[in-house]
Amino acid sequence: MKTFARALCGAVSMIAVTAAAPALAEPKAEVLHYWTSGGEAKAVQALQEAFAARGGEWVDAPVAGGGGDAQAAVLRARVLAGDPPAAVQIKGPNIQEWAEAGALGDLTAVATAQDWDKVLPEAIQNIVKYEGKYVAVPVNVHRVDWIWANPEVLAKVGAEVPTTWEEFNETADKLQAAGIIPLAHGGQPWQDATVFETVVLGIGGTDFYRKALVELDMDALGSDTMVAVFDQMRKMRGYVDPDFPGRDWNLATAMVMRGEAAMQIMGDWAKGEFAAAGKVPGVDYVCASTPSDNGYLLNSDSFAMFNVSGDDNVEGQAVLAELILGTEFQETFNLFKGSIPARTDVPRAEFDDCAIKSMDDMVAAAEGGTLLGSMAHEIAQAGAVRGAFIDVATAHFNSDMSSQDAVDQLVKAIKLAQ
Amino acid sequence: MLTRPPVKFIDRIARALPQIVVAPGFAAILYFVYGFIIWTGYISLTKSKMLPNYTLIGTRPYERLFQMDRWSVAIENLFIFGFLFVFVSVVVGCLLAVLLDQKIRAEGFIRTIYLYPMAISFIITGTAWKWIMNPSLGLEKVIRDWGWESFRFGWTVDNNLAIYALVMAAVWQASGFAMALFLSALRSVDQDIIKAASLDGASPWRIYLRIILPSMRPVFMSAMVILSHLAIKSFDLVVALTGGGPGYASTLPANFMYEMTFRRNEIAVGAASAMVMLATVAAIMVPYLYSELRGKKHV
Repeated sequence: MKTFARALCGAVSMIAVTAAAPALAEPKAEVLHYWTSGGEAKAVQALQEAFAARGGEWVDAPVAGGGGDAQAAVLRARVLAGDPPAAVQIKGPNIQEWAEAGALGDLTAVATAQDWDKVLPEAIQNIVKYEGKYVAVPVNVHRVDWIWANPEVLAKVGAEVPTTWEEFNETADKLQAAGIIPLAHGGQPWQDATVFETVVLGIGGTDFYRKALVELDMDALGSDTMVAVFDQMRKMRGYVDPDFPGRDWNLATAMVMRGEAAMQIMGDWAKGEFAAAGKVPGVDYVCASTPSDNGYLLNSDSFAMFNVSGDDNVEGQAVLAELILGTEFQETFNLFKGSIPARTDVPRAEFDDCAIKSMDDMVAAAEGGTLLGSMAHEIAQAGAVRGAFIDVATAHFNSDMSSQDAVDQLVKAIKLAQ
Repeated sequence: MLTRPPVKFIDRIARALPQIVVAPGFAAILYFVYGFIIWTGYISLTKSKMLPNYTLIGTRPYERLFQMDRWSVAIENLFIFGFLFVFVSVVVGCLLAVLLDQKIRAEGFIRTIYLYPMAISFIITGTAWKWIMNPSLGLEKVIRDWGWESFRFGWTVDNNLAIYALVMAAVWQASGFAMALFLSALRSVDQDIIKAASLDGASPWRIYLRIILPSMRPVFMSAMVILSHLAIKSFDLVVALTGGGPGYASTLPANFMYEMTFRRNEIAVGAASAMVMLATVAAIMVPYLYSELRGKKHV
């Protein structure tokens, strides 16, 4: 019996030693993310390798599915249980909500050392800062207000990519007369909302977009400009084929590739589809910003850093934050993902024409104050308010609701959601 | 004189065994079902947004809930879907059972075919029917390719018909199950009564209508209970078949609840919608169960 007790004692102390050992040694970070497929998975792999190269232990916690819904449920449970992961892929106002709940750590030390204020556009800083302190690290920037066009199809009616909404309508009418679907679109609420926000930006202009979709100014939301926006949306509805409801966005992209449809309005993740099919930008497809007064709707993924305890975790978090915003990772990751780096000083040589246009436009928009967060993609709005916008946009697009009714419903829904 | 043998400990345990065995399950149900119903009820009266928050704000979440267009669409859909699904499944199931009961050849084989859909999950049913009903891939395209150019079958892409597309897929899945229930009930009807009735000159039609079907009343109840709970908890079918669309025209309360709670940071409104769903179920089921169970005692 005695020997047994001694053996047990020994075993316990050994476990204690092995468990305590890493606490002194390597930095460690558990990363909760939903990048589990294709280029995104490769991109995460790149980060993982860079982290390991710095001697860190990466604990991968991928939660697939639902565009982050499944992950959100896991995150909530973890935080409520008092055991948050070190870094979590969250974006937009959700960062602010978690910061307000007191769950996020402070990255000021890394940010100052790496001079983040200099390399990040202010619009992006505002997303990842809470009360002036960095609480999250931006990974990339996706532009939302793009038109992806098939130049061959446009040439059939002697048209180019439209630069105003009047031109867009004229071109679309001509295409329709020629028996071509003008706009490839997938009727899912978020896609309807994506088109909606580019129309708000184009018809109303950047100031109107800011007032209505960012600041939620009731006068702007209920204005005649908004009625005009819904009028344009009704026209757009006429330009999509009858089978659009429920279609996935990549199938709509394929319609443009195959020449069944002329254009698609979608963020630059659509570029990945073209690239995967071996299409060359400028030859097989054209990327152009949707008509607006130099507006730029950005969608930025980021990692929020949660309050963690233990030196290894804190150290790991700091290393991770530094790596994510490092020039090297920003370049590798965004080449995989099809987006552009969040920081503006990354070498451009490897990027394609669409990405370079996106970078130029972002810098110009940041200087001109027309760099805006996307509503449909959870940067300008999140949760209930975003849901209310999407509800009205999709209800209008998928029924014969009048523009005035849609505006009335929008005002009511936004008030209700606030 | 008889002395009572002392009750052995082991016998006591044996006597209490049923209670002991049931107790953990009972406790778990009490906590996980009723406990969380109460918790949800409480949360539905708080200002919970992204995380549960225990500050009470009264019925405000319910007021907001009933002002939401999405919710009124969802509730209306539940009534359309629930009623049609249960009714059509029962009628079709009953009809199939009666037909199969005619001592036909290869009954076992046919029965398996009809029952098979029940073995498939709703997510697969939904996906398969999504393809069948997709105008540019499925039935519509096939029939058009055969030459009927004007044929239109776009239920899933029509605002007003999408909910009926859900009914169709759900009926396909569940009516075989209803059939199996009714078939076993048909077989258990006392053959002597039927013989007596036919000797009295009653037509087969009359025998079914007046003798066999009325005697199957308890089975109707089971079918109703099972089918209506399937209807109310329908979630995956909507996700797979229509995605709640076009727009949110075919969304059901369960989808609404998920959307609010997990996507829109509106836990209180989500909880309120769950409570309303519970109340709806109770409003339908309690009187029905009550009348059925009470009726039985008098028989």
